[in-house]
Amino acid sequence: MKFFRILFLISLLLLPVSGFAADDGYGYPIPGSYEATILGTPAALMPELPTKMNTRQLVIEIMPDRKKPPIFYYDEGLRCTFAYQQKKAPLVFLIAGTGASDRSAKLMTMMKAFYQAGFHVITLPSPSNANFIISASLSHIPGDATEDAADLYRVMEAVWKQIGKDVEVSSFHLCGYSMGGTQAAFVAKLDEERLVFNFRKVLMINPPVSIYNSALRIEELLKQIPGGAKKQGIFFNKMLSKFSEFYQYGNYVAINDDFLYSIYIEKLFSREETAGLIGLTFRINLAGLIFASDVMTNSGYVVPKNRVLSPTESLSDYFLVSTHLGFLDYFNEYLFPSVHKQKPDMTKQAFIDAQSLRSIEGYLKSSGKFGVMTNENDFILTKADLDYLRNVFAERAKIYPSGGHLGNLEYKDNLAYMVEFFK
Amino acid sequence: MTVTRYRPFLLILSLMLMLLVAGCAATRANTNDEQPARHTISEFSDQRFAEVADPWEGFNQSMYRFNYYFDKHLFLPVVNGYEFITPTFVQNRVSGFFNNLGEIRNFSNSLFQLKGIESMTTLGRFVTNSTLGLGGLFDPATSFGLTRRNQDFGKTLGYWGMESGPYLVLPIFGPSSLRDTGGLAVDSGITYGLYTVTAPFGTSDAAFAITAGVTTLEAVDTRHQQSFRYYESGYPFEYYMVRFFYNEHRKIEIGAADPANTPNPVK
Repeated sequence: MKFFRILFLISLLLLPVSGFAADDGYGYPIPGSYEATILGTPAALMPELPTKMNTRQLVIEIMPDRKKPPIFYYDEGLRCTFAYQQKKAPLVFLIAGTGASDRSAKLMTMMKAFYQAGFHVITLPSPSNANFIISASLSHIPGDATEDAADLYRVMEAVWKQIGKDVEVSSFHLCGYSMGGTQAAFVAKLDEERLVFNFRKVLMINPPVSIYNSALRIEELLKQIPGGAKKQGIFFNKMLSKFSEFYQYGNYVAINDDFLYSIYIEKLFSREETAGLIGLTFRINLAGLIFASDVMTNSGYVVPKNRVLSPTESLSDYFLVSTHLGFLDYFNEYLFPSVHKQKPDMTKQAFIDAQSLRSIEGYLKSSGKFGVMTNENDFILTKADLDYLRNVFAERAKIYPSGGHLGNLEYKDNLAYMVEFFK
Repeated sequence: MTVTRYRPFLLILSLMLMLLVAGCAATRANTNDEQPARHTISEFSDQRFAEVADPWEGFNQSMYRFNYYFDKHLFLPVVNGYEFITPTFVQNRVSGFFNNLGEIRNFSNSLFQLKGIESMTTLGRFVTNSTLGLGGLFDPATSFGLTRRNQDFGKTLGYWGMESGPYLVLPIFGPSSLRDTGGLAVDSGITYGLYTVTAPFGTSDAAFAITAGVTTLEAVDTRHQQSFRYYESGYPFEYYMVRFFYNEHRKIEIGAADPANTPNPVK
């Protein structure tokens, strides 16, 4: 995801954006859902954020006895980033979205915005990030929201144990985007029993209502390419040559913002192709999850059972195999069977239902601490999902007219709302 | 003198060798009964993506790993220390100074590629920033519309039709290719030659120490300007993504020698 964005426009600096704004009083300039998701927010429309902060990179051994395979030599513990104020302040935990690390671009922007507003901030990788799977997940198999929440909670406790003596905290808050948003709700619920943090407020940003359904909707995007997901390699290579031809014949100076902006303006990629690229990014992310989990559990799913991979061994074939497996493959062949082994009475449907905000609806409705922030055109949600969020959270649901999935997260209005919510 | 001068290199070299040997020794220690995986490559009939010619992958993976450790134990602590003690303003001036010196490389290579306008732009930048910009500390040229064009000898070779050759991960420098490594050597040679001819620090005994200091500061500044951190993504296939993006980025920016001669791209 991260690398993909480097190529496909993570930072559109200083875009001439006037003339784009839709006339709905909301200034985010990109109306299309898929385009917004890929383009994100032009730098000129982000707020001024601090360049220097007091931060510490934490690497925490959550389970010190855990033996790590040599191939993950670089994994020395769970990585979290801690930005701290030098006075008493509220602390907010931020949970990354699918596959993202504690230093993903979106988390870093959020961290700066909260830091600027006077919060201590701790960023956490997503439970679906390989680092989390290797170093912090009890089962090494992400995807069960209740277990992921328990893992996250354990991590938060460990972080707090490490830094608690160094900072003064007035209250705790929780926030997550995409899948991290849904997980935040499950973490908050667990906190009601454990009461270690007693979160005062919890904000979910572009969360799926049902993780299962939303994952399927992202997978659907790949069906729009010729030959479907099985031919994603051909599709990718074709998009790539389109990209480089466009560059070569356009007399551009470098792969910079002007170039990327013109890709958008000239509509180099069709709507289906843009969708396909999002789907593919999801797959590339998922591949890391599948591989890391398989190595850690020695399940023989993509790596032969009992094979010990050396630190310098070629993973090329595993990369190809893992990227060609979809969410349904992972769910049906890997995740659910492992759940079923633990809980033989659990049906597949019951398990799917348990991965939805609907399963904790009573709690969400009764508690005043929740807020949700999402977009009318976020493609991971159905119309019914949106209505559901409106219904459950009422005036605590902030729904923007555009932005796609997370495209407007770094937009100045959105960041301002985010910070304001916790004040 | 010679001994102390080369000691760091010896240290690095022996570290690299150790890692290489360790890498080789550990490649096949699988004695337990392996069972085939549920999904294997045989079931997919699709093009590979992110594919780059990499016949020396074993070596490259070892270097990648070496760079991870080198960063972690030496390079980044120094860079972090530098960032901690120096105000941001000073850091930016240091970057500006070295970036301005880099214009010599940009200029010579745009000449080698017979790019008239581009070399004039780059020369204009160098002159403007060296004078008005106080030796490159500031960059008024950009605000005058003279945009920076990064060039190097690897790009020059590519421009004249040389293929990149196999992917190569260099110690400390990181991702490269056979061609670009040659290019790096040529660019460094030119810079070194210029230093020797102009002798900016004189020929006294102190000159060596000053040169060493400046070179170190340049290395620290280069790493400071580069935000990439090995395995920060946590992504198990990071090596392949980095390889792919390096290769693709180079290929795209080098472009064809003369686009006008091939108006119809191969479909």
